[in-house]
Amino acid sequence: MAKPTTPRPTRAEAEAKSPVGADHNRPRPDTPTDYKASKEELLEFYRQMVLIRRFEEKAGQLYGLGLIGGFCHLYIGQEAVAVGIQSALVPGKDSVITGYRDHGHMLAYGIDPNVIMAELTGRGAGISRGKGGSMHMFSVEHKFFGGHGIVGAQVSLGAGLGFAHKYNGDGGVCVAYFGDGAANQGQVYESFNMAELWKLPIIFVIENNQYAMGTSVNRSSAEDQLYRRGESFRIPGIQVNGMDVLAVRGATEEALKWVQGGNGPILLEMKTYRYRGHSMSDPAKYRSREEVQAMRDKSDPIEGAKVYLAEHGVGEDELKKIDQDIRKIVSEAADFAESSPEPDMAELYTDVLVEQY
Amino acid sequence: MGIEIKMPALSPTMEEGTLAKWLVKEGDEVKSGDILAEIETDKATMEFEAVDEGKIGKIMIAEGSEGVKVGTVIATMAGEEGEDEAPAPKAAAPAKAEAEAPKKAESGTAKLASEAKATVADPDLPEGTEFVKTTVREALRDAMAEEMRADERVFVIGEEVAEYQGAYKVTQGLLDEFGGKRVIDTPITEYGFAGIGTGAAMGGLRPIVEFMTFNFAMQAIDHIINSAAKTNYMSGGQMRCPIVFRGPNGAASRVGAQHSQNYAPWYAAVPGLIVIAPYDAADAKGLLKAAIRSTDPVVFLENELLYGRSFDVPKVDDYVLPIGKARIMRPGKDVTLVSYSIGVGLALDAAETLAAEGIDAEVIDLRTLRPLDTATVLESLKKTNRIVVVEEGWPTCSIASEIAAVVMEKGFDDLDAPVLRVTNEDVPLPYAANLEKAALIDAARVVEAAKKVCYK
Repeated sequence: MAKPTTPRPTRAEAEAKSPVGADHNRPRPDTPTDYKASKEELLEFYRQMVLIRRFEEKAGQLYGLGLIGGFCHLYIGQEAVAVGIQSALVPGKDSVITGYRDHGHMLAYGIDPNVIMAELTGRGAGISRGKGGSMHMFSVEHKFFGGHGIVGAQVSLGAGLGFAHKYNGDGGVCVAYFGDGAANQGQVYESFNMAELWKLPIIFVIENNQYAMGTSVNRSSAEDQLYRRGESFRIPGIQVNGMDVLAVRGATEEALKWVQGGNGPILLEMKTYRYRGHSMSDPAKYRSREEVQAMRDKSDPIEGAKVYLAEHGVGEDELKKIDQDIRKIVSEAADFAESSPEPDMAELYTDVLVEQY
Repeated sequence: MGIEIKMPALSPTMEEGTLAKWLVKEGDEVKSGDILAEIETDKATMEFEAVDEGKIGKIMIAEGSEGVKVGTVIATMAGEEGEDEAPAPKAAAPAKAEAEAPKKAESGTAKLASEAKATVADPDLPEGTEFVKTTVREALRDAMAEEMRADERVFVIGEEVAEYQGAYKVTQGLLDEFGGKRVIDTPITEYGFAGIGTGAAMGGLRPIVEFMTFNFAMQAIDHIINSAAKTNYMSGGQMRCPIVFRGPNGAASRVGAQHSQNYAPWYAAVPGLIVIAPYDAADAKGLLKAAIRSTDPVVFLENELLYGRSFDVPKVDDYVLPIGKARIMRPGKDVTLVSYSIGVGLALDAAETLAAEGIDAEVIDLRTLRPLDTATVLESLKKTNRIVVVEEGWPTCSIASEIAAVVMEKGFDDLDAPVLRVTNEDVPLPYAANLEKAALIDAARVVEAAKKVCYK
């Protein structure tokens, strides 16, 4: 795992050394604690994470078979982030926007795997009628606003969704996900400034999977502790173990409390890791096999959830049953995506504009 | 000898102004930096400061005078004591410089000025419609205000749109009427607020994003094209983006290459966008209202040089024009002059000149550049068999090129002469007045081209 070459104090050590409120004499969110999940909730987290993993593995296979084209960015390794955060949101009220690594987010939001997979294969039954592809999927019904291919664009757009929540007074919060690479885009900071200035209800989530394509965080970021990136805009930041679904959910609860309390935006840095390459065409030569393997062995979010489930007395048999169910769902999604017809040629000219002129 | 105080030019486009108020009276001693008067320009009320020390001699222009031309002597000032007898170099210098100065460096954009108007009324208007003289600036403001009254989801966001009342005064009065929730000043962050506006549109609101000029929208073009224009298509028709990006576009006066360019062909090239570029005040109003109501993303290209010009605007309760419909501004039978935005005035001027020489030109204002009303152009071609496109912009990959291509493809048999393009020169707009003038189109070039295609 890529870490700064100079050892840094842990967050707790750093905080212990500096007096309380040393940086700003302002209220800050409380330090989050791990979410206390019931057995049923834990089972659901597990189920969703396994669904995302199996779905993405299948997508990788279909890509290899030439059924999925172009860019395809897999979410394997990062499952705890989307699942932990989405589980704290209110569907239909809170809005979500993300970048191009979006399959996992959609699954965590309960969107039908069939229409997602069919979009990946470019079929008429896909969620965007086959006209969006892997990076451009949306579900207005679920208030999932994409699915954006331009790195960093979703941060400004998300601030706009937060603006709409505030303007309409609907009590919703926007969650805008972006990566450690997008965190270096200029528009992110333009949006931070306005979001705090106007106290927009938005949670900025940096999914720090350590690599922007092939460039590690500490090769690209002067301030590599990304949770601090909002400080000069007075946006408080929290660093979270993004490989632990309960830590993610706990931090999200705290973030929601902050934002819903009218304090304006908050920044969550989710420390996570992607096991696969940036996209399907990335040989991932910029890191060692050992690094990836160590991460899988020690920090895998699904294995971690299994440990929590064992504490609740859930045995292997019960998990196996879930795994089998999910394999079936994914295999059906793949069949659906392979057998659905391509979009009708008439679709070429539909939905360019809404109105007739 | 005293010093002559002249009406100052307080903005790049100011040609005359109102001497709103004198803050000094005859006989007052003033020193450098004292405020002498308040002057209303086409954009704002400005304070006019004294440059020299001395005593106010005679006030030549009374306060409240309107239409005082730039350079008019508005007062005289006696120099410091003793200087009257023996003029100090300081006092003499300006007078001398004045005498030796080259002739006034008139901006090349002056030749874009035209008071020309349509010779036929818009056929969509009912007989007997009453008209009100309105500037383009006021017409745009009225359009926004009316739509904001009608639809709670409409809001305006941009730099200096609220408290400053608009960098070009287009949003004047909106903050007072609609408050800070709906008229929102942003930091200087085009990329960011274009994205926020686009996101708000996706979230169900109807933003009007003002760019101080479209030159600055280059910082935000990613959101206009990648986020706003493509979303509906990429989402299989699920996700709407009803937003208006508006602001001045095209050459302004003596502001140099980075602040003077026409982006119409850039945006008109993008499927998923509506692109509108009105000429007169009635179109500015009727089309901006239509743009705000449209469910599609609209790029609305205004022109700074037209803001201050007055035109007749129909006094109709809810004046909305159709998007995508060109307008015949002047019917004719010998040659068709196709233009949009500020070029329309030049085409109309040229048509008058041509009429005197026995050539009857038809003038078409495209009004909407995407979707382009090719039917009106081709219909006109059938009658005149000759087309000249007039565009205040670069020639390469221009709207003029597009019209030429469409006419080739769909009207070839109607052509009696090649399509000619009258456009700006293919260079960044120079600052020097003479070069600026040479780089921009004018009515004479339109006349020349029209005669050429008429073989006269």
